Amino acid sequence: MKLLRFFLIVILLFSLNSLNAEENDKRNEITKNLRCLICQGQSVYDSDSEFANSLKIVVDKKLQEGLSEDQIYEYFKTKYGEWILYDPSLNKNTYILWLLPILIFLIGGAIIYKSFIVKK
Amino acid sequence: MIYSLVGYYSLILGLIIGLSLFYFSYKNFNNSNVLDTKILSFTFLQLFFVVISFLCLIFSFVISDFSNVTVFNNSHTTKPLFYKISGTWGNHEGSLLLWLLVLTLFIFIFLVRTKNQPVKYKILTLVFQQIIIVGFFLFLIKTSNPFNYIFPIPTEGLGLNPILQDPALAIHPPILYLGYVGSSIIFSSVLAATSLKIISTSWASHIKKWILISWIFLTLGILLGSIWAYYELGWGGFWFWDPVENVSLMPWLALTTLLHCILVLEKKSILTSWVIILSIAVFTLSMCGTFLVRSGILNSVHTFANDPERGLFILVFLFILIFLSILIFFFFHKDNDRKSYSFFWLSKETSILINNWFMMYFLSVVLIGTVYPIFLDVISSQKISVGPPFYHKLIIPFLIPFLLMMAIGPKLKWIKSQLEDKIYLIFFLIISILLAFLVLKNFNQNILINTILISSALYLFFITLRDFFVKKYKNISQNIAHFGFSLLILSILFNNIFASEIITNLKVGETFENSKTKIVFESVDQKKEKNYNAIIANFSISNLNGEEDRFSPELRIYNQPVIATSEADIKTTLMSDKFIVINLVQNQDFFNVRYQVKPFMLWIWLSVILISFAGIVSFLQKRS
Amino acid sequence: MKNKILPFSVIIIFGIIFFIFYKGLEDSKIYTPDVNTKKEIPVFNTKEFFSGENLKSSSIFELDKVYLLNIWSSWCVPCRQEHPLLMNLNSENKVNIIGMNYKDNLKNAENFLIELGNPYKKILIDLDGTLAIEWGAYGVPESFLIYNNEIIKKYVGPLNQELVDEINLLIK
Repeated sequence: MKLLRFFLIVILLFSLNSLNAEENDKRNEITKNLRCLICQGQSVYDSDSEFANSLKIVVDKKLQEGLSEDQIYEYFKTKYGEWILYDPSLNKNTYILWLLPILIFLIGGAIIYKSFIVKK
Repeated sequence: MIYSLVGYYSLILGLIIGLSLFYFSYKNFNNSNVLDTKILSFTFLQLFFVVISFLCLIFSFVISDFSNVTVFNNSHTTKPLFYKISGTWGNHEGSLLLWLLVLTLFIFIFLVRTKNQPVKYKILTLVFQQIIIVGFFLFLIKTSNPFNYIFPIPTEGLGLNPILQDPALAIHPPILYLGYVGSSIIFSSVLAATSLKIISTSWASHIKKWILISWIFLTLGILLGSIWAYYELGWGGFWFWDPVENVSLMPWLALTTLLHCILVLEKKSILTSWVIILSIAVFTLSMCGTFLVRSGILNSVHTFANDPERGLFILVFLFILIFLSILIFFFFHKDNDRKSYSFFWLSKETSILINNWFMMYFLSVVLIGTVYPIFLDVISSQKISVGPPFYHKLIIPFLIPFLLMMAIGPKLKWIKSQLEDKIYLIFFLIISILLAFLVLKNFNQNILINTILISSALYLFFITLRDFFVKKYKNISQNIAHFGFSLLILSILFNNIFASEIITNLKVGETFENSKTKIVFESVDQKKEKNYNAIIANFSISNLNGEEDRFSPELRIYNQPVIATSEADIKTTLMSDKFIVINLVQNQDFFNVRYQVKPFMLWIWLSVILISFAGIVSFLQKRS
Repeated sequence: MKNKILPFSVIIIFGIIFFIFYKGLEDSKIYTPDVNTKKEIPVFNTKEFFSGENLKSSSIFELDKVYLLNIWSSWCVPCRQEHPLLMNLNSENKVNIIGMNYKDNLKNAENFLIELGNPYKKILIDLDGTLAIEWGAYGVPESFLIYNNEIIKKYVGPLNQELVDEINLLIK
């Protein structure tokens, strides 16, 4: 029973698969990582403000000019500051942001290992 | 007029009762071994007054009494009755009154329902809860009185923001607060139990019920918020890693951790310190969330009217509670775990510890991601944004071992265990990997990480599914919850990976066509409703298989207040959602059309409902 | 000894967190752009509003002169409010005002200028809003004070008398 159901799902996924691959995928991906400055709290992708719509056009233009994703981020960063990027790059301002959770993870593991687990 | 008066004085009376309860508790605590009936009746009276006050506010909304500032700011005569009522808690003042209602309701039920626990413990729990209650009474009366007058009395109100006029959002706050504020009882009770040094297995099984109640409501509350975002915000997303969402996720993570950890305490009377810290953390995180949202220190899509005075009050109150807990913890609690206990590496204890370990990591990611921009801004005046990519990068890789542990962990026995039937465990792993690979074969983006992710989610799915049919398995609620979680992760993954989208500009009569989809913009209608005017755009969309759907997304212009919104048209089927939304473009005669096909949308909601259902099952289960 | 260190450090950590939240409450949380950093003006091509001729950025801004680039649109209400100020500023003749017509219907824009007067030396057209983004602008209205091909200051939102006084001070 369950196998049957699962195969049905798999077949369905194949059909969905072919539906994909839109040409403006790249644009969407980039605008998802840009913060709309007018409607703060939304990404440019999600927003339909005038500003966001223009920004989408700019991203398209830049892509046509052959800029890479990182170059486009860099371009917006120089225009609008780091605030516009949803994905903060690793630099001296963000070491703590990126590394503290990892550090907490490691320390947590060490505590568990040291205090509770015996190997036999 | 009269309702505001009654409501206000009920609040004052509730506050006075709260203060008097300290005195009675003090007397009772020193002199008696039975709970003074006065305490019980006063607690009831306090609840009664808060209910009266709350009803007064509801009535003021229902009869549109615009002499009340809160009603004036958030209601309008043309609003449907349902939204007049839900408007009561859709604003800052009213929602705080709801907080108070939940606080007083829970302590009353706690006092009535708690049996077989020392009287002193009950009294002390009441005292700690009253500290919170009195704090909130003061907060409400001093900075956010919902019954303020306005003169001269306006004839019409300002109305409720139309995006808040949604059924899911109408019941979202009460449900969420039952979870959010309900965790206060865990906080009070753990402080009481720590002070009296009665943290034990029996306390654990007693508090577990309360943890479950909070957890169920919090899960459902988050779900409702998410559904609202999906249907109403019109972006086709359901989770944005927005601070307001994170703030509700944090107590949920802590609560889920606690739910697992309390099992160990219940069985083995160990990990006491950890349970205490978590119990304190849950409510502290709820309060912290309230502070972050209400003070305006963060900017988010969902903003309440901000007032620095309110922020300061909650901040000071929050830290009073934190320091109080720290003092009680260090002063009364003597940790004696470490000498006596250690676990074998393959045991249920270890697996729960690993769960806790990962959950704490997820919590730290969300917490740090949410508050870090504030810290950076204060310390170095640099402004940065932390958004979805950050959370995805840090959470997704860790999800893989987490999912595998969720499959295997519950199979382990206490103290020392061996994995039985290794063969089927490995068999399912291979099946999952193969299946994941097959599903993603044609898909080239991030194939590796997606395959691994889907394999591990499928693995959990298969293992938990099999466990439903294996008779000897007894912990049904756990099984449902883990199964639901695997379903949730799978749905989210498929929803993300296989979503497709078309964004285009169309005029009436135009057609968009690509290799798979044909969108025909047929016509535009107009509609006049009591509280809004709408432009309805009619589309017919057909795909490769010749299936044709008709869609009518709307642009609405609400009159009270004047706000334009886009109403998406969503066709939900079992396997996928089709979502279309239109927008006006300034000074152009075309519409911006966004059409999305989102597979497994419905399953995201269903799996969360399944997860909370597991909580209900566990709550109803009789302890053997 | 060890038992004392832990509580103290926990209390200190929370004390610091309290302090930071407290400080965080004080400043406004609405993101405002950095208005004082000097930046090179961007290089761009566009069309002139009336003539429809192609314009290069280098041909608009000369060295040693002060310019005020004003982004406006006929559909933008605050633009209407600030327009008389621009007219005054232009009549004093101390600064060259360049207009940038943002996402507008040209007919409406022309009517706007006929109704309220034209303070602009030149008007650039930005039909899709992309030129404004090249400038790092947020929307309409917005103004940039330019000297020696550098943006000296930017004003987000409508100008008022105070800001105009400031501009007058800056260009001295």
